[in-house]
Amino acid sequence: MEFQTTSWLLTCLIFAPMAAMVLIGLLAALGPLLKLPRPAVDHGSRVLALLGAAVTLVLTAIVWLGFDSSMPRLAEMQGYPHLQFVQHAVWIQAFNIEYFVGVDGLSITMVMLTALISFIAVLASLPWGIPKDDHKHFSRRGVPGYMALIMLLESAMLGVFCSMDFFLFYVFWELMLLPMYFLIGIWGGPRREYAAIKFFLYTLAGSVLMLLAMIGLYYASDETRLIDGSYAAHTFDMVKLAVENDFSSMALVSPKLVWLGLFIAFAIKIPMFPFHTWLPDAHVEAPTPISVILAGILLKMGTYGILRVNYTILPDETIWARYGIAVFGVINIVYAAFVCMAQRDLKKLIAYSSVSHMGFVLLGMAALTDPGINGAVYQMWNHGIISPALFLIAGVIYDRAHHRRIDGFGGLARTVPEYTGLVGLAFMASLGLPGLNGFISEALCFIGAFSVFTVLTIVAASGVIITAAYYLWTMQRMFLGPLNEQYKDLTDVNWRERLTLYPLMALMIVLGFYPMPILDLMKDSLHELVAPLARAAGM
Amino acid sequence: MRVPLSSIDSLAYAVPELVVCGGAIGLFLLAAAARRPRSWHGWLFPLVSGGAILASLGWLVWFGLESASRPLFSADGQGLVIFSGLVACDPLAVAFRALCLLAAGAGVLLSVGSPSLPKTQRAEYHGLLLVLCAGMCLLASASHLLMIYVALETVSLCSYLLVGWDRSRSRSTEAGLKYVLYGGVASGVMLFGMSLIYGLFGSLDLQGLHQAIAGSDALATAPGRWAALLGFAFVLAGLGYKVAAVPFHMWCPDAYEGAPTPFTALLSVGPKAAGFAVLMRFFWGIFLDGPGVGAATLDADIPWPLLLGVISALTMTLGNLVAIVQDNLKRLLAYSSIAHAGYVLMGVVAGGQDGFESVALYMTVYLFMNIGAFAVVSAVDRSAGSEDIRQYSGLGSRSPWLALLLAIFLFSLTGLPPTAGFIGKLYLFAALIARGGTWYLVLALVGIVNSVISLFYYARVLKAMYLEQPALTEPVKAANAAGVLAFLMAVPTLVFGLFWQPLGVLASWSSRLLH
Repeated sequence: MEFQTTSWLLTCLIFAPMAAMVLIGLLAALGPLLKLPRPAVDHGSRVLALLGAAVTLVLTAIVWLGFDSSMPRLAEMQGYPHLQFVQHAVWIQAFNIEYFVGVDGLSITMVMLTALISFIAVLASLPWGIPKDDHKHFSRRGVPGYMALIMLLESAMLGVFCSMDFFLFYVFWELMLLPMYFLIGIWGGPRREYAAIKFFLYTLAGSVLMLLAMIGLYYASDETRLIDGSYAAHTFDMVKLAVENDFSSMALVSPKLVWLGLFIAFAIKIPMFPFHTWLPDAHVEAPTPISVILAGILLKMGTYGILRVNYTILPDETIWARYGIAVFGVINIVYAAFVCMAQRDLKKLIAYSSVSHMGFVLLGMAALTDPGINGAVYQMWNHGIISPALFLIAGVIYDRAHHRRIDGFGGLARTVPEYTGLVGLAFMASLGLPGLNGFISEALCFIGAFSVFTVLTIVAASGVIITAAYYLWTMQRMFLGPLNEQYKDLTDVNWRERLTLYPLMALMIVLGFYPMPILDLMKDSLHELVAPLARAAGM
Repeated sequence: MRVPLSSIDSLAYAVPELVVCGGAIGLFLLAAAARRPRSWHGWLFPLVSGGAILASLGWLVWFGLESASRPLFSADGQGLVIFSGLVACDPLAVAFRALCLLAAGAGVLLSVGSPSLPKTQRAEYHGLLLVLCAGMCLLASASHLLMIYVALETVSLCSYLLVGWDRSRSRSTEAGLKYVLYGGVASGVMLFGMSLIYGLFGSLDLQGLHQAIAGSDALATAPGRWAALLGFAFVLAGLGYKVAAVPFHMWCPDAYEGAPTPFTALLSVGPKAAGFAVLMRFFWGIFLDGPGVGAATLDADIPWPLLLGVISALTMTLGNLVAIVQDNLKRLLAYSSIAHAGYVLMGVVAGGQDGFESVALYMTVYLFMNIGAFAVVSAVDRSAGSEDIRQYSGLGSRSPWLALLLAIFLFSLTGLPPTAGFIGKLYLFAALIARGGTWYLVLALVGIVNSVISLFYYARVLKAMYLEQPALTEPVKAANAAGVLAFLMAVPTLVFGLFWQPLGVLASWSSRLLH
């Protein structure tokens, strides 16, 4: 079955931020020639970036409204990822590479998350409310470059989630590295250079492994036809790799090796223990909006990649490795939670809590059951809502106090009540309080995994208790107890912070009570994804 | 066996060599006439040498197009043998001659107004450059051991002189001398290897050798096998020296650092491309089965893919590791070019149509990105008078365009999409993986680890340019030949990164060679 072009919408969506980047570049290049003052150029690039992110958000909403989540239930579509809004054309004939984008229930969830979080990150990058004399604040340094890079990053992220051609996927995947390196390295904290190069080296190591695995799959694939009907000896088309090819008896390389190469590449991004050490450095040193994007979107690419590539293209090897995935998921949950207990820096604590929460995703998807996989992807979405809120919260206090030591505060609830409330809500959502969104996804992961990995699930559940412990302890140390006199004049959240935080808080509550908008969107696609694996595993 | 054309008939196929030699003679005559430096010398001599190179390039393009549209070479379109069997004229020769000439053209453009070249003896400089071009062209198409040796020596002799051209700088003279010493030893060893091969198999012609080996009983005995192994290893040493492969790379950093920057740019690409062409031709011509020859080859007796593979792994690893500690940009790029020779050797190891395709493609891409990087180094050098990495701190805010160009080249050298360097790496890895088997996979893994290591030192330059506060404040004046060249090289580096269909077609055409 061929996916013919049905819509240009996704292409517009992916490249809208890039267009904004080009405009910002033009503005920055022409500014000195037209003798524009620097503040004018800075403001112009902020407006352009906001516009780019807003247009993307609107386009995403259109895609969401036009998306038919019941498509896979149609009989003739069984077994295929039911892609919609497809654009499909030959890109480079010499290597049988196509430009092939489309969304199914899994991708559209991630695209929505990307558009939303990127918009919030651009909002959070405005200097609105930052004291006028703070010239060193990241939002006032090299503004055109910063905004242009954030737009490039958004395009690359959207591209990763929409690509259905493996090569295109890889190009977008790598394209993400460059802006991230500069965003951390130029606008980051004191140890930014170390953090930036560490991030770059780790992710590059992963992605070159993916490159080898990708080439291996390419040469093992059967001959087929490109979308324009021309003959192709091999293919990068992920749908064809998944549906028309059987890699269980690859001649070139052992399929298990290929699976491992891909898995390690994605595991570094998640990040999965023991590949997680880049994350605390990168998250802590990055400026707040970049931490937001890192935690909110970039980490999801790891698990998305495993579901999109490992699960569909190499199902037998996935079944072979599922115990391993589950074990590492549980290590992530419990180990990172203990590490959180020991943290003194608020941002580092949040960073490690991300590692812990991504463990639930691994555990849920390793179970190969419907509730497990729904819980996993819903956890990806929820973590993408909660952790940006947490990083924004850490940014709020850092902008005011210029440090993030948990022990350096105390009794803040009295001076900044609104902020305290927001922190409390986000902490509760993150630790999985019933009624907030984190609870539903974690519960689904446990329900899905319990029947398959009973002992592991019980061990993992202890992580929830530790999580509650470190959040509540942090809450107590920062906001309760006697007031630290140093901070008695602390100002409460301003309107920029409200604009970025309240939408996320609203989503936490609404999706905690009524998760169906997201679950309905993806559950049929995820069933199609996981059902063949479950059948093959004899479950 | 193809019937070679006679020398007179062959002249029609050797237009580039004739043109550059004519240009060289013209320049030497001009040099005799214009003893004292005049201001117009600065543009006249580059104009002559650049014109000769451009004319040769134009002919190659025309010839390539002609032969692609109708099989001009021979009935099968694979090529023909000219100059009584000394030189091959096939797509590979056309493509690699064009690469060498492009590199030389870039070297000429960079030399315009370069302060690192003395004002005197400009005509001789450009004349020697053209002789070097002729040598590279012949080397890229030589199909006879004697021709390989003569062409290699021509390239080497010109390179020695040009590396040590700036007699007022002791580093330049020192580099020239070191280069001579290494080069002399390497070519002597190679000649000894050739004599061993000739003694064993009784032929100097690559095609003849191929058949002689197939029907030879010299390999039946252990001493014969050892002698053959030694012979081929010695020839490999000579060729390895030309492409700066470990352990024959020692001359490279000193020569690159000491040479005038415009010539370093040329040296890092031109002779290397020619060296790879002859390396492919040598091993393909002798070892792999051509039409009409029996299955017996040396493969079983001499594990040459293994030998080349080990050299490749060593070359890239050593080049990358040592590059990490370099503070001089020219030295850093010298070690990086050693590492890149290691990458390209992976394509030679893979062999076959797609292996050679990957080599041709990678060398093209390497030409753009490496010459581009040297052009930026040259621009900074002109302004700051030094290649130290400290000169680059804060370049991103001082000269944003120049820094952006260098960043593009460095990303491309690392092999990140969407730059052409990534496509080159993709082709190399693809050629290796398509072979299958553990050995090729291990080599690919070594290549991958090296790509990651290389990021570390390329990122050092990025860090200096963008992440560090400028130690200096004055901008670098880039509005000169070097800046123009850097821009010209950045365009294909980016365009081919996004759409390389034409490059792929060209590489696949040029990977056909005579056998």
